[in-house]
Amino acid sequence: MAGRLADALRDSWDSDLAWSFRHSPYAMVAAIVFIACVGTAALAPWVAPHNPFDLARLDLSNSLKPPMWIAGGDPSYPLGTDDQGRDILSTIFFGARISLEVGIAAVLFSMGLGVALGLLAGYVGGKTDAFIMRVADVQLSFPAILIALLIDGVARAVFPGAHDSMAFWVLVLSIGVSGWVQYARTVRGSTMVEKNKEYVQAARLFGIHPLAIMVRHVLPNVLGPVLVIATIHIATAIITEATLSFLGVGVPATEPSLGTLIRIGNDFMFSGEWWVTLFPGLALVIMVLAINLLGDWLRDALNPRLR
Amino acid sequence: MIRRLLQAIVVMLVVAFVAFSLFQYVGDPVQLMMGQFATPADRIRLTHELGLDQPFYVQFFHFVVNALHGQFGVSLRIGKPVSVLLAQRLPATLELSICAALLALAVGIPAGVYAGLRPNSWLARTAMSASLVGVSLPTFLIGILLILVFAVKLGWLPAFGRGDVVHLGGWSTGLLTRTGLESLIMPTITLGLFQLTLIMRLVRSEMLEVLRADYIKFARARGLSDRAVNFGHALRNTLVPVITITGLQLGSIIAFSIITEQVFQWPGMGLLFVQAVSYADIPVMAAYLCLIALVFVVINLIVDLLYFVVDPRLRVDRPGAAGH
Repeated sequence: MAGRLADALRDSWDSDLAWSFRHSPYAMVAAIVFIACVGTAALAPWVAPHNPFDLARLDLSNSLKPPMWIAGGDPSYPLGTDDQGRDILSTIFFGARISLEVGIAAVLFSMGLGVALGLLAGYVGGKTDAFIMRVADVQLSFPAILIALLIDGVARAVFPGAHDSMAFWVLVLSIGVSGWVQYARTVRGSTMVEKNKEYVQAARLFGIHPLAIMVRHVLPNVLGPVLVIATIHIATAIITEATLSFLGVGVPATEPSLGTLIRIGNDFMFSGEWWVTLFPGLALVIMVLAINLLGDWLRDALNPRLR
Repeated sequence: MIRRLLQAIVVMLVVAFVAFSLFQYVGDPVQLMMGQFATPADRIRLTHELGLDQPFYVQFFHFVVNALHGQFGVSLRIGKPVSVLLAQRLPATLELSICAALLALAVGIPAGVYAGLRPNSWLARTAMSASLVGVSLPTFLIGILLILVFAVKLGWLPAFGRGDVVHLGGWSTGLLTRTGLESLIMPTITLGLFQLTLIMRLVRSEMLEVLRADYIKFARARGLSDRAVNFGHALRNTLVPVITITGLQLGSIIAFSIITEQVFQWPGMGLLFVQAVSYADIPVMAAYLCLIALVFVVINLIVDLLYFVVDPRLRVDRPGAAGH
């Protein structure tokens, strides 16, 4: 058993993908940075030096302390504190956690919706195909951020009051809905190629239900490019979430994401407390850059022709 | 072309329908306008006056007719007609968007051509790496960093607002005063930077593609000068996709100005829209949506027309194939 596991590991280490990974320093650095981001975000309650949301521990006399290397800084608050005396480093850990949660959930939602509609459009064809693709065309002519803003605004109007408690899911929904088109287009294209191949025709001759053919036979063969899109989409979704939160329509300030932290910090920039906004901003850029680099590498590695 | 026009009208109707449904199902205007002390008789009277007791399609027809006349009702938050509010703020957004687009084109195309012609020079490599960072920087963060450096630390440029504006008829412009121009610099860079990187990367990859083509090799073999080959033949053939993307991006510049306007408190339509979203001010949201849709549809049509101008092949063999 253990021998087989080792074999499997060695096989995947020798695969083309791993080879290209080992020969791409950018991808390796990006992967390490990304794993570090995900790790600190997932373990935030344990690795953060302070708990920024424990109101009993907050002390206003610690508010707006500069980073520790500047005069007046306190080593127990390495990157300084915000107006409520919260440790910036800890709020970044917790903020990255929320940003990643929203980003990944939104991407999964987009991917599910887009892959399902693309599969349907490509396999069934005809009027269904024309309708889905027309909707996609119309939506594609509007920027994602606008659609997300609109859905968020509607959710606010439909559920007044209850908005804060549902903010997370409203965000996931609005970012998710605004991103499905790319998946649908890609999957539709490859489905149309796959559906004329022998194995699909054979499955059809056996009398297998079209839905089963789509899910069990076509789907695994069209997922490759979807993974590339999804990787880069996580970066876009995190930026969209940060932007919405920055505009004040994202997650509530009691559970700040990186975007919310930047917006809060923005108010203190003019009085000279630049660290409140700069460090969450840097964290966001580093995380997004790492994901973009990984996505670029994955695209080149899976599809050398695109280079 | 007529098919494209019909399609554009359908898109506009769909958007109008979405905007109309917002009115229809979100909130109760009668409740909002009368407050809690209204009698049932008052409510019925107002419902009738507003035309809310008529069938759905009649109401939708009235909505479209009103929208065509530029009437979108009264803002729930400010209490002024939405058309007046938008008209006041249109010049600010348009000036900012056009300056940003010009910046993106004026820097992006030459940079892209250079990176395409000399892909291995250190300048091109630096620009390409910088552009990846540029793609990863959210718009609002660029704005904040610019404010931090040039307004807070150095004090060179104003951090928010439009500066002094001059009113010319119904149009307020910040292009004629010193403070107006100074205020324009940072928002323009913020808004244009992302499009700049996008155009640069696009022109570069198109140039690389075209330079490999046979007709370029042939042009060189004929002994044409580098200049004639690079600009007369190569650049010209990269322009079709560049025009498409630029045209479509002009629309997203106007949409992305929402963020830039929020960062710099620029008094344009985007700022109005963000405030409308957080107050669930439906009339403003619906009107902005229709206006942006109109801008997008018009830009799409213009892009299609430009194809005919730039690419003579479309005029000769495939006259009906402009709408890809």
